[in-house]
Amino acid sequence: MPNETDAGFATADRQHWMGVLARAGACALRQYLADAPALPPHTVLRGPEVGLAMVRGRAGGGGAPFNLGEMTVTRCTVRAGGFAGHAYRAGRDTEAAELAARLDAALQDPALRPALQASVIAPLAGVESARRDALARRAAATKVDFFTMATMRS
Amino acid sequence: MAYVAVKGGERAIDNAHAWLAEARRGAAAVPELGVEQIAAQLGRAVERVMAEGSLYDRELAALAIKQAQGDLIEAAFLLRAYRTTLPRFAASLPVDTGSMRPLRRISAIFKDLPGGQVLGPTTDYTHRLLDFALLAEARPPAAPEAAASDAATPRVHDILGAEGLIEADAPGSAEPFDLTRAPLGFPAGRDARLQALARGDEGFLLALGYATQRGYGNTHPFVGEIRMGEVAVEIEPPELGFAIEIGDLALTECQMVTQFAGSKTEPPQFTRGYGLAFGQSERKAMAMALVDRSLRAEELGEDATAPSQNVEFVLSHCDNIEATGFVEHLKLPHYVDFQSELETVRRMRGERGA
Repeated sequence: MPNETDAGFATADRQHWMGVLARAGACALRQYLADAPALPPHTVLRGPEVGLAMVRGRAGGGGAPFNLGEMTVTRCTVRAGGFAGHAYRAGRDTEAAELAARLDAALQDPALRPALQASVIAPLAGVESARRDALARRAAATKVDFFTMATMRS
Repeated sequence: MAYVAVKGGERAIDNAHAWLAEARRGAAAVPELGVEQIAAQLGRAVERVMAEGSLYDRELAALAIKQAQGDLIEAAFLLRAYRTTLPRFAASLPVDTGSMRPLRRISAIFKDLPGGQVLGPTTDYTHRLLDFALLAEARPPAAPEAAASDAATPRVHDILGAEGLIEADAPGSAEPFDLTRAPLGFPAGRDARLQALARGDEGFLLALGYATQRGYGNTHPFVGEIRMGEVAVEIEPPELGFAIEIGDLALTECQMVTQFAGSKTEPPQFTRGYGLAFGQSERKAMAMALVDRSLRAEELGEDATAPSQNVEFVLSHCDNIEATGFVEHLKLPHYVDFQSELETVRRMRGERGA
């Protein structure tokens, strides 16, 4: 991976787009890629392959770690345009993992990044954020508003 | 135990499997159940199978339920068997339940907790009357919405913790015990106990938790807090060298709070039991928290007299897949075993008669 100053993006930027891509299904990725510049040709270096991640929690919520249980994970690594692209995602969507790895490689390329950010990452982040907001609004509607009955004795 | 190879059952077994497949499908005139329908409409069953199968994958859990004809222990067994076919890529960073996006969050000890009491999609206030309207297909009206606030939702024990009235989480960053890689040994640390309880049978833990309430290892607990919602899972792949989010899990967390009279080293305070379960699994998380606290008896200098305080008893019997394996193996041929016992009984009777 080119170092960050040369690449023009920070680790946090890459963490953001990888997190967004991990949550998007193959259908959604294909849909937004349709309006984006074509992805460069790629070579698959690993996968896409399905495996497991052991999910850890903390005793008491904040204490020592413990193993809660496993989850399925799909990963893929590609090389495209001189960049190595990686994808790890919950579940078993191998097509999405390969597309996400190709996007991760392409997003490291300064020539492609702005267009892909605008046509793929931003709208996918918007979809996820709208989903979370809809859940939060439903939860907010079930928030209890206590009111205290004033007693007549005072 | 002795087993002998018994041949001759192949055709009968094949035919039994064919009948099983036909029975699973049911009457052809009724539409077949789709895995998507199970995943979407039988969510509590799916989550129980994920928890006890110790594998978070909604689609696979739904498939297992369909294959097992709704037998949830059999479905969990199928998930456990499937996981052995997959390599493990990573262990996650410990999930931060404090940053959960709560869909439900209640406390039975603080009415006015910061962030508020949020009921979420609960059955708590339903009247448990059968809803005959569900006999017909119907689309319910959309759930009401309200403006969501970004207010933080601190854990309840952090509120009491500020006064030192409740025990703090014991820090620790050691690599936790993993019972999928190493056999359980005793005494078992809290990491091993929590892992075993997290995949333990809900019914078994519920009964043990109930027993603690009724006086068998009494802990007189309060629900400090229950929260249910989505948490991001992060891993740190070595090829990247930094953490990335790989998705979200729905989790339920329960903090049980119990009065503690103090010991030689600890002042009187509240202690905590902890429950964490995949999905919207409140009963499981509560039962786990009760049993977790109960299993801390020895650590806290309490008399361990009840089964729920006996680590070896609880951990050796909470796994329903091990339990069902050992109970159901009794169906396998024991012809030779039984023949020898039969002869023993005959001999004893003969000796008594002589």
